[in-house]
Amino acid sequence: MTEIQQDSGLITVTIDGQEVKVKSGEVLIDACEEVGVDIPRFCYHKRMSQVGMCRMCIVEVDTGRGPSLQPSCMMDVSEGMIIDTQSEEIKKVQDGVLEFLLLNHPLDCPVCDKGGECPLQDQTMAYGPGETRFVEEKRHFEKPIPISDNVYLDRERCILCDRCTRFADEVVGDPLIQFIDRGNSTQVNTFPEDPFASYFSGNIVQLCPVGALTAKPYRFKARPWDLEEIESTYPNPLGDRIVVQSSRDQVLRLQGLDSEEVNWGWLCDKDRFSFEAFQSEYRLDNPLVRGGGLNKADKSGSGLVAASWAGAMSIITESLNGTDPDRVGVIGGSRLTNESQYAWAKLAKGVIGTDHVSADLGDELPPHVLLGLPRATISEICSPGNTVVLLTPDLKEEYGTLFIRLRDAAKNLGVNIIELSPVKTALSSDAVASLHPLPGEIGNVVEALVTGNIPREVGGISGEEISQAHTYLKDTNVFVVVSRSSMGQSEVPIIEALTSFQELENCRFLPLVRRANTMGALDMGMAPGLLPGRNTLSSGSSAFSDIWTNLPAETGANTKQILQKASDGEIDVLFLLGADPLTDFPNKALAEAALQKVETLVAVDLFVTPSVYESDVVLPATSFLEADGSHTNVEGRITPIRQKITPPGTARPDWMIAAEIAYRLGHDLEITAPEDVWEEISSRSSVHGDLNYGRLDDEPGGYLITATGRIPFVPVEERIETRPVDSYAMRLILGRRMFDKGTITQMSSSLSHLAEQSQLRINQYDFERLGIKEGAQVEVTSEGRNISISVKVDNRVPRSSALIYRNLDGADPRELLIEGTHSIDIRIDPTSKARS
Amino acid sequence: MSIPLITTSRWDVEDGHTLEGYLRTGGYEGLRRAIEMTPDQVHEEVKKASLLGRGGAGFPAGIKWGFLPPDVWPRYLVVNGDESEPGTYKDRLLIERDPHQLIEGCVITCFALGLSQCFLYVRGEMAHGQERVAAALNEAYDHGYVGKNILGTELSVDVVLHWGAGAYIVGEETALIESLEGNRGMPRLKPPFFPASIGLYGKPTIVNNVETLSNIPWIIEHGGDAFAKIGAEQSTGTRIFAVSGHVQNPGVFEVEFGTTTFRDLIMGEQYAGGIRDGNSIKAFIPGGASAPWFFEEHLDIPLEKTVVDNEGSMLGSGAIVVMDETTDIVKACHNVVRFFSRESCGKCTPCREGTNWLEKILDRILNGYGRPEDIDLLLDVCDNISPGISWPPKQTTICPLGPSAVSPIASALKRYRSEFDAYIGSNTVTPVSVDGGSS
Repeated sequence: MTEIQQDSGLITVTIDGQEVKVKSGEVLIDACEEVGVDIPRFCYHKRMSQVGMCRMCIVEVDTGRGPSLQPSCMMDVSEGMIIDTQSEEIKKVQDGVLEFLLLNHPLDCPVCDKGGECPLQDQTMAYGPGETRFVEEKRHFEKPIPISDNVYLDRERCILCDRCTRFADEVVGDPLIQFIDRGNSTQVNTFPEDPFASYFSGNIVQLCPVGALTAKPYRFKARPWDLEEIESTYPNPLGDRIVVQSSRDQVLRLQGLDSEEVNWGWLCDKDRFSFEAFQSEYRLDNPLVRGGGLNKADKSGSGLVAASWAGAMSIITESLNGTDPDRVGVIGGSRLTNESQYAWAKLAKGVIGTDHVSADLGDELPPHVLLGLPRATISEICSPGNTVVLLTPDLKEEYGTLFIRLRDAAKNLGVNIIELSPVKTALSSDAVASLHPLPGEIGNVVEALVTGNIPREVGGISGEEISQAHTYLKDTNVFVVVSRSSMGQSEVPIIEALTSFQELENCRFLPLVRRANTMGALDMGMAPGLLPGRNTLSSGSSAFSDIWTNLPAETGANTKQILQKASDGEIDVLFLLGADPLTDFPNKALAEAALQKVETLVAVDLFVTPSVYESDVVLPATSFLEADGSHTNVEGRITPIRQKITPPGTARPDWMIAAEIAYRLGHDLEITAPEDVWEEISSRSSVHGDLNYGRLDDEPGGYLITATGRIPFVPVEERIETRPVDSYAMRLILGRRMFDKGTITQMSSSLSHLAEQSQLRINQYDFERLGIKEGAQVEVTSEGRNISISVKVDNRVPRSSALIYRNLDGADPRELLIEGTHSIDIRIDPTSKARS
Repeated sequence: MSIPLITTSRWDVEDGHTLEGYLRTGGYEGLRRAIEMTPDQVHEEVKKASLLGRGGAGFPAGIKWGFLPPDVWPRYLVVNGDESEPGTYKDRLLIERDPHQLIEGCVITCFALGLSQCFLYVRGEMAHGQERVAAALNEAYDHGYVGKNILGTELSVDVVLHWGAGAYIVGEETALIESLEGNRGMPRLKPPFFPASIGLYGKPTIVNNVETLSNIPWIIEHGGDAFAKIGAEQSTGTRIFAVSGHVQNPGVFEVEFGTTTFRDLIMGEQYAGGIRDGNSIKAFIPGGASAPWFFEEHLDIPLEKTVVDNEGSMLGSGAIVVMDETTDIVKACHNVVRFFSRESCGKCTPCREGTNWLEKILDRILNGYGRPEDIDLLLDVCDNISPGISWPPKQTTICPLGPSAVSPIASALKRYRSEFDAYIGSNTVTPVSVDGGSS
């Protein structure tokens, strides 16, 4: 009997007189909930540590030493435990705690954002007294004070549950809000002159069990009972699950959905508050054509003018008719849903017949890396005892919820993190080893790390540090999280490193991508040589040739090659699908030349980006709030994207635009709704085998692609030579910030001002060596090209390296990039000195 | 009967706080003896002495030491010198007048428990004590009584001084640990955070009071049996009591534990010398402000833990506060409740909100705005903080601070309800203050 109990992990406890089986080691409050006994609570949150301070969940527990009052959130169940949640004494205690909480609570529910979805309000209705016995004056604080750019704190409403403060400290490591004062004057507040400048500030608003924390974008916008909501997916690389809430066809709020597999309910501010952008006045809501007046297309025209869909479409079909398919290209598509990507791939490869289709913008890892490595899920990585190697930049800046999951794994699950990042990151202090290889040298560092064949020094890291890290690779499961960490380094050193890791037994990978649905784009065939379901032109065309009638024979060009062809005058029609090469492509000059030269440039986008501005035809597309579809995250997890509001103006889903173009070219894509794609694909894809689009909403973890192979990883055969930095130069690192000049951030009024100025960040040591003043303007030179930029001391940057964040106001560090090199050395010339 | 002074023997020695004075009066003899014994033998002597903890709860120190789980390292000794209970000022004097005795007690304890790190947490307000203990510790380091290879042996112990920041609640051991870790001083819930298993930095930790450790040198020097012979069967040795309030001669007195009565201490010529101005006694607090009050009929109870516990109060921190016949019971009650209200750390709802509400109700009653129903309200609020208002108290809070505010109200209402009624009188006006509250 006992053996069976141990096997199943179940134990017997008595809850309110009923003997029930519950999971051993479970927290009492959760165990009760699972058997249908609801215990009121405020401070308890299963994604954070327990503090037992609201005292609302007190129950009577007898573990054999007589009954005692215990908070059920602080106790694990044990065999034979007797729990009473309903006794007269418990009822009185719960009534009492509620009365205490309400004593100083302002009861301004009619004007409170939380009213209607407020746990305090709900529990007062369920458990609380009808009238107050408190006749004294309530506690007063200044009404809402801003604690960050987007969050307001009303301390009168606060019930001091410690949720926001715990979140800030434990979950994201930004302990910028704290309890101050004591006793009845206890309050949550920031430190003077130090706002709660967290990338995750919106989460505390969602966590707050009362209306003490409110978010600027939502304040006074709606009442909860007027909101309609739908579960969806935020199109970012991790596919964070969200709830989209709207009222009167306006999205008013995005909330994190507690998905066990992905984001645990958390969201970063960049995503949470971005809904403003999609409803901004700058959204494209009508086709535009280059011309000289309303609906008067004229390719020599200087501006974009409004046009009808028919008018815009006819320009596209005219330009395509009779054009050699080899002179047509498609760049972008990683913003699209899987279904739209399929439709565009089918249009380009199956109808037009070009293979010059590439979703990336020259800043992603190549498809064979993204698809060819054995993948791991986030939850598999974050399991006790694992070792995780990060070949990534600062995850906190770019992959917020993955940062949270890994931080939790390191702090609470005993996961050992070895960090190989260009600069110190927010995870450095939680890592067992935090190493910062010189850009370009990571392949050599990893070779030493994996083989244990360790030289005295490699890539700026001492052999001692590497051998210490090496010990964590033994007798454990090793997982590698990898991305293009810095644009200042080519992908070759990273592929070198991955080649070394493949020598480890059972090593698995989580390759990260820059843009939301790059994984989906690859699985839908939006890369040269690829067909949907990881079929290739060479091996899989037979599966598609019946419905993709004009399949090209030769593997086409990637983004860089397409742009090169275009600038050489070899591309007549170029489609940009939510892509902005002028801003994102590393070689800005090449992108400019290419877009200039193309005869007909067609942009399908949400906003007028710099590249859209150069286009001849602009078609307005729908955002993830306005059309159904699905999304593939970096794990290969497919989750639903659901329409909540109607698109602005005449904007259409991307798949519909593709179908329309095909139709006008005399072909029927046979896609009239997203589900049609899956009917076509399921029999032909080796990786989407049993995906049931209709049931996607019912699966909490979505559909996980588990199939591997087919697109093999191509290892690097020849090692690149070590290249030390000479003492006059510094190695360049290009990083990214959460808030930059990215379109969505800039179009969100709550976020646009959070982007900083472009700066050159160097170590204090180098700073003093150069003898310059903080904030001074310097000339930065690489191979004859130079930019002028101000200097900031940042000790996260290792010596002999210099960090510039990309896509900020000010100097554009892309100027410094040199094609064909694996790393870039710059020279810093203090301007003032040079002048004197 | 004559008993030896165990902990206060050097209080009248002018240089007793210096190493020279300490050594001249037999200091560090206990340590010398201890290092000739095995750690287990030292522990055994303390068990034999059945030394009760002097901080408030009165748990036997030797048994507490035994709670350390075997083979979990590192582990720590934390000395609770955050004496803040109103009326209690024995630890302060021990720190000021005999710091070496405390340091010696720490080192012996570390030896007995196999520890090498001790944290001495001294209340922030004890400026003089801080100077004395810091100077003593420097001397002890210089002369090899603390630090590496103590007295030339393998024993190495480091003592770290830490000054508190002035919160009463940090006298609670788990809050003290939080404070020591650099966090806000808020108690942790036991279970699971029993310091002996999950204490400082999550490691097994023994938290002992200053007076408890100050007894250790004498116990080791003279043997646990000699200590146990003094005092009553379960309350052994001597104990320091601080008598304050309406007595002729308030002060700190070391008396035989368990046999001396409250009457001896309060009325005895050699001790507090009786009530001031020949007045009669109205009530007294037997063990610090948290303890339920005693009255005249309790005077002949011995200062013995179990007897006092059975009578419905506690000896607590050894602070006796005497109130004579001129005392306004409602004001006294308000005074104590206000203390707890202001010192609540703010963690648990019932304590944070409840104690403040109690203070506000009493404040109202004192200002002539009491209502007849306020008495029942007071008791019901008390009941919501400490269900049943019984002794020992049940509590809806993590630590006993909340229930501590219940004690004076329950005691005062039990005996002197008429004084509350007199304040309330026939007032039936519902008092709603509109000028921003009372406190």
